[in-house]
Amino acid sequence: MTSKEIFVGADVGSSRTKVAVLDAGKNLLGYAVKKSGTDFAATANECLAISLKMAKSEPIDIANAIATGYGRKNVEFATDTKTEIGCHASGCYLYFPKAITIIDIGGQDNKIIKLDERGRRTSFKMNRKCAAGTGAFLEEMSARLDIPLEEMDGLAAKSENMVKLGSFCTVFSATEVLENIRHGKKIEDIVKGVFFSVTRRVMEMDSMTENVVMTGGVVAHNPFMVKMTEEMIGRKILVPEHPQLTGAIGAALYAINAGQ
Amino acid sequence: MTEEKKVVRKKINAAADVGKFMQDYYLELDEASRKGKPKIAWCTSVGPAEILRAMDFLVYFPETHSAMLGATKMATDLIPEANALGYSPDICSYLTADIGAFLKGITPLKKAFNIQSIPKPDVLVFNTNQCRDVQDWFAWYGEKFDAPVIGVNTYRGVGEVTEKHIGSIARQMEALIEPLEKVSGQKFELDKLKKAVKLSRDCSDIWKKILDTAAARPSPITFFDGTTLMGPAVVGRGTQKALDVFQILLAELEERIANGEGALEDEKYRIYWDGMPVWGRLSAHSKLFSALNANVLASTYCNSWIFSALDPDDPFNSMARAYTELFIVRSDEAKEKYIKDMLNFFNVDGVIYHDAKTCPNNSNCRYGMPQRLEKETGIPSLTINGDLNDLRLLSDEQTKTNVEAFVEQLEESR
Repeated sequence: MTSKEIFVGADVGSSRTKVAVLDAGKNLLGYAVKKSGTDFAATANECLAISLKMAKSEPIDIANAIATGYGRKNVEFATDTKTEIGCHASGCYLYFPKAITIIDIGGQDNKIIKLDERGRRTSFKMNRKCAAGTGAFLEEMSARLDIPLEEMDGLAAKSENMVKLGSFCTVFSATEVLENIRHGKKIEDIVKGVFFSVTRRVMEMDSMTENVVMTGGVVAHNPFMVKMTEEMIGRKILVPEHPQLTGAIGAALYAINAGQ
Repeated sequence: MTEEKKVVRKKINAAADVGKFMQDYYLELDEASRKGKPKIAWCTSVGPAEILRAMDFLVYFPETHSAMLGATKMATDLIPEANALGYSPDICSYLTADIGAFLKGITPLKKAFNIQSIPKPDVLVFNTNQCRDVQDWFAWYGEKFDAPVIGVNTYRGVGEVTEKHIGSIARQMEALIEPLEKVSGQKFELDKLKKAVKLSRDCSDIWKKILDTAAARPSPITFFDGTTLMGPAVVGRGTQKALDVFQILLAELEERIANGEGALEDEKYRIYWDGMPVWGRLSAHSKLFSALNANVLASTYCNSWIFSALDPDDPFNSMARAYTELFIVRSDEAKEKYIKDMLNFFNVDGVIYHDAKTCPNNSNCRYGMPQRLEKETGIPSLTINGDLNDLRLLSDEQTKTNVEAFVEQLEESR
């Protein structure tokens, strides 16, 4: 193994593609996040190019690459695949090496993964078929409210009087949102209700252990979601430095371990 | 780009014999339906078929037909036909698919055996031991065909099966005789019932032996094989023909065991399946698991046609016991003991629970059972969401990711 050797993890999610480049010492050298779009292979390649540039590396330096996520089979430069459940687990354990419950809120699905103190998965759950509690729900609501997605977090944080949404279903929730607009409710209160709905759906999936870690794109872009969850469980939540990258980092860790 | 692993699953030669058995079974029913004799009784899959055999009815099981609708992927488009009549999309998709097919005048029997339609019933006999939906299902057809609908109403959530349960169910079964005599035009003969019960018990015993071969390591059979080979246990119990075809199947599986030959090329993980199969995904699921070297080798479902209590010397009471002792009729405590015994017997590494949206009675993961069993046995489990027939209720990608992650978890725990 030369000192230049790098290990790549590519996490092709339904919404965003993430690539992480690690050295053999598990240090993050480069990364990229882009909209997955419709050509997963091309997006993964673009992310790789950006990540390599950031890492000051060349494709020839890649010792191994593993792909994960919804489009994991479409990554041309990967030698193998792992599920996003395994990769999020591995990525989180790198930052928090103890028994943890991981809440990952992605674009299309949510996961709750439990690890023991040695980092072994003891159980995991994914959301059921519907979009309630996922990033897709937030995207739908931002469209309904005609608010850019990136402004949702700031609005939710401003709310002093949350509007609770009662429905499980994204479509029914959208109807509820419209009804609340019609009744003159403040937009920030509705947005906070939307956030609460996501948090609630996720918390219903499984019980939490002592140490809770939150990851995923929704968490990366909406820190208020973490605050809300902390209030709900009554304790501090651990968030890795790059919450959107944990899947890609986990895949890169698998790439490192594959050679050992 | 990573390539999908080529899957090697070994073909069971006796499947052709089972296929021939099923063909003969449906052709015989079709001929009777067209000629008007012998009389045809419809029966629920764990209904009192032995009584019907003893009275010389040919017996048709609509659930098997509906499973064919599922396996041929016809069901999903047919379900809305029944929904439009007021049968909710949330109720049994066997019922809705089957009624939908009838309304549209189509059947998978046409492509499989060149049979134009399902056989016309002279009487419909249900047992609600599996669910109430079968009664509603038969009531609809009873009205369509102007045929009597009779049956047995079971107990639910039975812990220990007591003499009280047996007495009540046996009396209900005896009460079927008079209306059946009227339809058949012949007198009931106890000796004929004893003979049918004996054949049924023999069929049950050999089916059990077939399923028990999966205890071998590697297992010569998969759950997915079982679901396509179980036809004779369902539609043929009480007949000699079913016994004959199962003898062929058993011999092949025993030979595999003797040769150390497994159903999968490399069986690394042994999985138990609880709940209904996803009929429209049998092949996909079989490939998914085998590609991960995981053999789903035993199930509650296939074992539901084992009736070890049947006793020809005491036909009514033993039928009552056999059809009440069934897993689906029992309390959670009894079900948990059953599954625990199965996990031990088959040396299982993990359990899959199928939460079938339209089949609450056979989705055993909704009241904390997986968590309780996992705690007690230490064997991890995974719940997948889906349905027996309605393919709109499942996400293939989610199932795939869940199963792959589950097998990764099993691998990491070794």
